Amino acid sequence: MLEHDVLVIGAGLAGMRAAIAAQAGGANAAIISKVHPVRSHSNAAQGGINAALTDRGDEWEEHAYDTVKGSDFLGDQDAIEVMCKSAGQALIDMEHMGVTFNRDDEGRLGTRAFGGQRRARTFFVGDFTGQALLHVMFEQLIKSGIRSYEEWFVTSLIEEDGRVCGVMALEIRTGQIQAIRSKAVILCTGGSGRLFEPSTNALIVTGDGMALAYNAGARLMDMEMVQYHPTTLAGSGVLISEAARGEGAHLLDKNGDRFMEKYAPNMMELASRDVVSRAEQTEINAGNGTNGCMFLDCRHLGAALIMEKLSQIREIGIDLAGADMIKEPIPIRPGMHYMMGGIKTDVDGQTNLPGVYAAGECACVSVHGGNRLGANSLLDTIVFGQRSGDHAAAACRSAEFVEFDADAAVKREKERIQHVLDRPQNGDRVGAVRLGMGESMNKNLAVYRNQTGMEETLRDLKTLKERYAQVPVDNKGATFNTDLIFAMELGFMLDCAETITASALDRKDSRGAQSRTDFPDRDDENWMKHIVAAKGAEGPEISYLPVSVTQWTPEERKY
Amino acid sequence: MDVTLNIRRFDPEADRPEAFWQEYPVTIEDNATVLDALIKIREEVDGTLSLRCSCRSSICGSCAVRINGHAALACKTQASTAMKADNVITVEPAGVMPVIKDLVVDFDLFWDKIRAVEPYLQPEGPEPETEYIASNEAMLHLSSVTACIMCGSCVSDCTVLEVDPTFLGPAALAKAYRFTADPRDGDAGGVSKKRLGDLTKASGMWDCTRCTECVVACPKGVAPMDRIMALRDQALAAGLTNSNGARHAEVFGELVGHSGSLDELRLPVKTVGMTNIPALLGFLPVGIRAFIHGKMPSPIHKNIEGVEGFRKVFEKVEESEKE
Repeated sequence: MLEHDVLVIGAGLAGMRAAIAAQAGGANAAIISKVHPVRSHSNAAQGGINAALTDRGDEWEEHAYDTVKGSDFLGDQDAIEVMCKSAGQALIDMEHMGVTFNRDDEGRLGTRAFGGQRRARTFFVGDFTGQALLHVMFEQLIKSGIRSYEEWFVTSLIEEDGRVCGVMALEIRTGQIQAIRSKAVILCTGGSGRLFEPSTNALIVTGDGMALAYNAGARLMDMEMVQYHPTTLAGSGVLISEAARGEGAHLLDKNGDRFMEKYAPNMMELASRDVVSRAEQTEINAGNGTNGCMFLDCRHLGAALIMEKLSQIREIGIDLAGADMIKEPIPIRPGMHYMMGGIKTDVDGQTNLPGVYAAGECACVSVHGGNRLGANSLLDTIVFGQRSGDHAAAACRSAEFVEFDADAAVKREKERIQHVLDRPQNGDRVGAVRLGMGESMNKNLAVYRNQTGMEETLRDLKTLKERYAQVPVDNKGATFNTDLIFAMELGFMLDCAETITASALDRKDSRGAQSRTDFPDRDDENWMKHIVAAKGAEGPEISYLPVSVTQWTPEERKY
Repeated sequence: MDVTLNIRRFDPEADRPEAFWQEYPVTIEDNATVLDALIKIREEVDGTLSLRCSCRSSICGSCAVRINGHAALACKTQASTAMKADNVITVEPAGVMPVIKDLVVDFDLFWDKIRAVEPYLQPEGPEPETEYIASNEAMLHLSSVTACIMCGSCVSDCTVLEVDPTFLGPAALAKAYRFTADPRDGDAGGVSKKRLGDLTKASGMWDCTRCTECVVACPKGVAPMDRIMALRDQALAAGLTNSNGARHAEVFGELVGHSGSLDELRLPVKTVGMTNIPALLGFLPVGIRAFIHGKMPSPIHKNIEGVEGFRKVFEKVEESEKE
């Protein structure tokens, strides 16, 4: 049987960082991912990575305060302190590994302004920072010689005597099912954006890790906090980086007028994302947009700056919307982008399940609380990826492998999957069920929410789950059967959708990304707490955890 | 908009595994990409169609296929542009790499070659406490190469790899250049002589035939061939002239600079060396075939008309190159 001390699921930035750290800590580490590492969704982070560098007069406390305020005082301040203190070294480490960060006139790392922050502390590589970081991390993975199971899909976690002791995985190329035993599992599977339609997220972002952990008894926290990004492209919903506004772009209504002054008179377009998205949606609802969109205007930035710093999003605008931002404003609207919530962990990535860790977007430490600041996600992946790897490696030194009957486990999993393949055609399709879920979520769990709408989605999800249990798979083959993978991903997504909706219904205030028209105010007395969802017999069971407050008392949020 | 995708399919599990064409008529939005059409087919018509795709915005590198015969990202190609007069778009798996199923190809060899160039920063000195100091221009130049998303489009359409699978290929060589051009890599002057030495070996930088297919195929403007040419300049500047490729370049210049046109008979002979008997014997079969077909260049190579003027221009160009 395949066996590793530490098995990391997911090979994005968090996953690769975790695996490299675990190996450096002396563990036999391996990484398993349903796509090749460089295809991971960390690629899509465009704008940059935040860090307060003291040698240029910035302080981690300043960064931490901006993050706490950005989170609408739902982020755990102890965790935010850990992240912001570690940021400088994490950034320099990445530079030393080879990231080609843009420089200033002195040849030092250059910065750009980003939303919700009072000073420019976002370090960047053009407008493809995530791709630059991901590929450099992959270079380090190659250098490390860590075993990498590429295009292997994890179908379930193996539990024995209430302890996770490995994973069941399907090798996509051959269709073979194998058990991989490990002392620790680190989930780094990213968010669950595809359960919304549209979303900026890649097609692979299907909440696999969140659902695997949830089904094994882990707690999901802050799941109601779904970030709608202010600038997603009309039509496809693809991301247009906040870097555009960081470099000075304006948001315009249908008459060509800026409107952010009404909502954030100081920070204007660079208020935090929840604030800007809400402003746009309010304007759109009031009929001040065109075809449900507002406009992002970069023309005054000039062709030279756009070509140097925003060239990739310019290409996206041309390729997907036929609009060149050098010459014209491009149509944008708020779109689902990021999950603040996820698998509840401590600052070392530990979940409530022994031996199970989580890091990156699939985790909830919680450093983002109700709303993540732009360019804090890359930082989150690297800092907590590394910490999880470190901790898992140390824990493995005194841990033993748990014995289990691998043959029986493989046999059970094969039967379960065969059952999916054997479903008779009934006219329904995996794609249709996913679309039904995505549209319902995007209708009722978007920028503005209310009780009636969310209850409608809860009912929709119940029906969709029934359809999911019967939905047929066209492809019965073993070789690269993506049809089967989609069916299994859909199951993961439905589980996540249910916890998001249940958590959002439970929270009866408006905070961060959650704006309820029926509870429009933030209610610190009753709702400054985390909502936790755990799997129960009848669906998600809700409980609460307190928010950690170290040095910043809640205040009214103004930008 | 109505469009028909004519897709090259392959199922290794079929009774008689052979590639075949299958037509899928679909209705798509006017501004849809080829990927949108493929996803629509997969989701609504035929789930047995296998392809890789993820980001939909030209950054993950998953969906490189051949569209109308040429490598491209399906997500970056507008269906309306790709459509021919009969509303048909042909979609085939990427070239050079073996097909696993339908549009999914085997990247193992691709990654082996990336690994072969030791693709990670290797500074020879100690790391600074803070960041390396480097010019923005140097970093922007590197970023134009690190913009590579490893989609394999260049490899798919590389005419050398098509006939010589041992060639490192455009993606790996561009990746190598990303390090040889990095001021942080190698010695204090940013020169990585060991890297350059390895890359001048057989199947390396000198095996590119400059067909420019990779430049056309690259969806990210990396222009791999230009990077390979830059590698050659770096190798020559580092004094790595003891290779067939380097000598070929040198002799090419020498011959053209003298007579004003290429002396095709002396080029291979002078490249391998007049005393290199085994290599010269190796040319015999080609020579005989050329002779039989009347294509043997004349042993007497004449200067072009007005060669003096040409030589002056040539010298000027060489001087400006040195500057």
